[in-house]
Amino acid sequence: MSAQAAPLNGGRISRGGVRGPIGAFTSRHRSITIILGMALVTALLPLIVTLPPLSGFSAQTVWIDSFSKAGIFVLLALGLNVVVGMAGLLDLGYAAFFAIGAYTYAYGASTFTDLHVPFWILLPIGAVVAAVFGILLGAPTLRLRGDYLAIVTLGFGEIVPIVFKNASTWTNGTNGIAGIDRPLVPGMDCMPAAGQALCFGGTAPVPYYVVMAVLITLVLIVLYRLQDSRLGRSWQAIREDELAAASNGVNTVTTKLLAFALGASTAGLAGVFGASKLVFVSPDQFLFQVSFTVLAMVVLGGLGNMWGVALGAFIIYMIQNVFLKQLNNFFDGFHVPILSDIDFLQYQFLLYGVALVGMMLLRPEGLFPSRRRAAELHTSADLAGSDTEGPDPLGPEGRGDEA
Amino acid sequence: MDPQTVATLTQQFFNALTFGGIYALIALGYTMVYGIIELINFAHGDVFMVGAFVSMSVIVGMGFTGAINDPVTLLFVLVVAFGVTMPLMGLLGVGIERFAYRPLRNAPRLAPLITAIGVSFILQNVIQIIYGPSPKSTPQIIPFTARFELFGASIAWISVFIFAVTVILTLGLSLFVARSRLGRAMRSTAQDREAAQLMGVNINTTIALTFFLGSALAGAAGVVYGMSIGTISFALGFSAGLKAFTAAVLGGIGNLTGAVLGGFLIGFLEVAAAQLGYASWSEAITFGVLVLVLVFRPSGLLGQPLGERA
Repeated sequence: MSAQAAPLNGGRISRGGVRGPIGAFTSRHRSITIILGMALVTALLPLIVTLPPLSGFSAQTVWIDSFSKAGIFVLLALGLNVVVGMAGLLDLGYAAFFAIGAYTYAYGASTFTDLHVPFWILLPIGAVVAAVFGILLGAPTLRLRGDYLAIVTLGFGEIVPIVFKNASTWTNGTNGIAGIDRPLVPGMDCMPAAGQALCFGGTAPVPYYVVMAVLITLVLIVLYRLQDSRLGRSWQAIREDELAAASNGVNTVTTKLLAFALGASTAGLAGVFGASKLVFVSPDQFLFQVSFTVLAMVVLGGLGNMWGVALGAFIIYMIQNVFLKQLNNFFDGFHVPILSDIDFLQYQFLLYGVALVGMMLLRPEGLFPSRRRAAELHTSADLAGSDTEGPDPLGPEGRGDEA
Repeated sequence: MDPQTVATLTQQFFNALTFGGIYALIALGYTMVYGIIELINFAHGDVFMVGAFVSMSVIVGMGFTGAINDPVTLLFVLVVAFGVTMPLMGLLGVGIERFAYRPLRNAPRLAPLITAIGVSFILQNVIQIIYGPSPKSTPQIIPFTARFELFGASIAWISVFIFAVTVILTLGLSLFVARSRLGRAMRSTAQDREAAQLMGVNINTTIALTFFLGSALAGAAGVVYGMSIGTISFALGFSAGLKAFTAAVLGGIGNLTGAVLGGFLIGFLEVAAAQLGYASWSEAITFGVLVLVLVFRPSGLLGQPLGERA
């Protein structure tokens, strides 16, 4: 990294200096680093769950299956992070784009329409369709003040499932669309229950897992490269001070629209994948709770920090869907008097609510604050020594940079 | 027009007054809070929902589960229901402001919006845990058999009652804001917080008072909602909140008269949609109205034009 980038990339340079050759390599070859890192994670996760404490929870195939489901939320969180974290636009109806991606796949590849377009073609189409809807929603509303956007997206997130539910002639209403195709590997003859290693099916979770890992890797590369690009810096400028950004020549409407479209298309990808995995879509899968869960993941992970957000989404999903469920089974199994009556999942949204309020009040930068955030929040002097995070930026000045 | 049409129109007119009155009461809280601290209080719809549950508990707690035919008893129960629910909800609003919004008053706008969403979910889930997830039926203490005839339609007195409650509370609020010393403090804080502070207005008290009044009105809306609709659920606040917010924006956010006007307009729109057979689309229609207003007249019907980042 050249010296003239220092004001913007101060954090990364100090990391290279601290960590030596590895740091130097990672900052020079960012995409390769992401690919290698993701490959390592993808290879290690299925191995880790065979170790004692985790292997007691469920079988390896079940773990791998829930990893690919968690991946859906990682994608959603990464996409929402572009909108909320990077560009500072509060989108409360993000699940709508997820729904649009899922229904796009359901239309393109199911017995409902009798179209059977391959998964690999519909994947980008789903992303594009979601992006188009993002632009259609954003174009009139992104000109307005931020809080109006929040309420409009909230409404949009509420309306999309209602439309899918009520327009039953075209969407099969509440029953949803079943009989969705699973992805096929070109050149492989995969009949249901064929049991081949490369076939996508309920009993063989590995192909979905690998596809999800590839999707996340691609999204991570795109987002990581965008962060430092002209567009990424424009998002940041708008987030910090829209008026100042506009007067410095940033086209705020276009820039915000791009953030919105990119976030929506990531959700579209997640939707296509989710529909192909579940082989079923219905309006109930895309209620406000999904948007809220993803928002909680983004806020907890650290607004604007894609690594923190991805990790936060993964951890929260695993806690919510593996750990809490197991906790219920655990107490049920032992007939512990009071605890077996508590449905821990019931408290999940209460916990999210408490977590959102608590995080905003006490630690607005999230559990895994980004180094760049630290660079924004602190002077270069106290940054030099701190590798991960500085003192808690609680003053009004510090908060001023958070959204 | 044939008598049947007239009767239907009359009937629906009063239905619209009922819904419109409830939306207007909730919209007042949105508009007041937005006017003074420029925050969309997402938790406001849920304060209304909590109000409906508190009112139900109060009435059931006094031992009434159905219609009360004795006027004196009815009046007493009504006074107690409003008298308990409204101040309690006011205090809830003050508490929310104190703990979730005040510490973030100088933070960027995103932070209080996120806490507002968090508070909204906390309220919903607390109610869900206390009262259970299934809808509860509330005592409809004003008898539905109390009706009068108008243009061939049979109108329940409760819709007149709700309209009257809305008008009385709105007038009271307008008088308070326009005439009282505290109302003047509220207006000056809304206009320019720092200047008001320099003139000796206690900003924190004034903002807390705004939350108190707005939340108490939402509580009143909760009381009348339970009495007229008869079933309430923990998820009630969400769609009611969205509609009331639309009402506030439609009327011109920050404008009290506008909020009431917007509330009744949304009520009429919803009833018209239901009459034409699109009841399940009512939220979609409201949302469409919201987007159209925001695009073509963001300042609302009665609002002042808003400056960019005013």
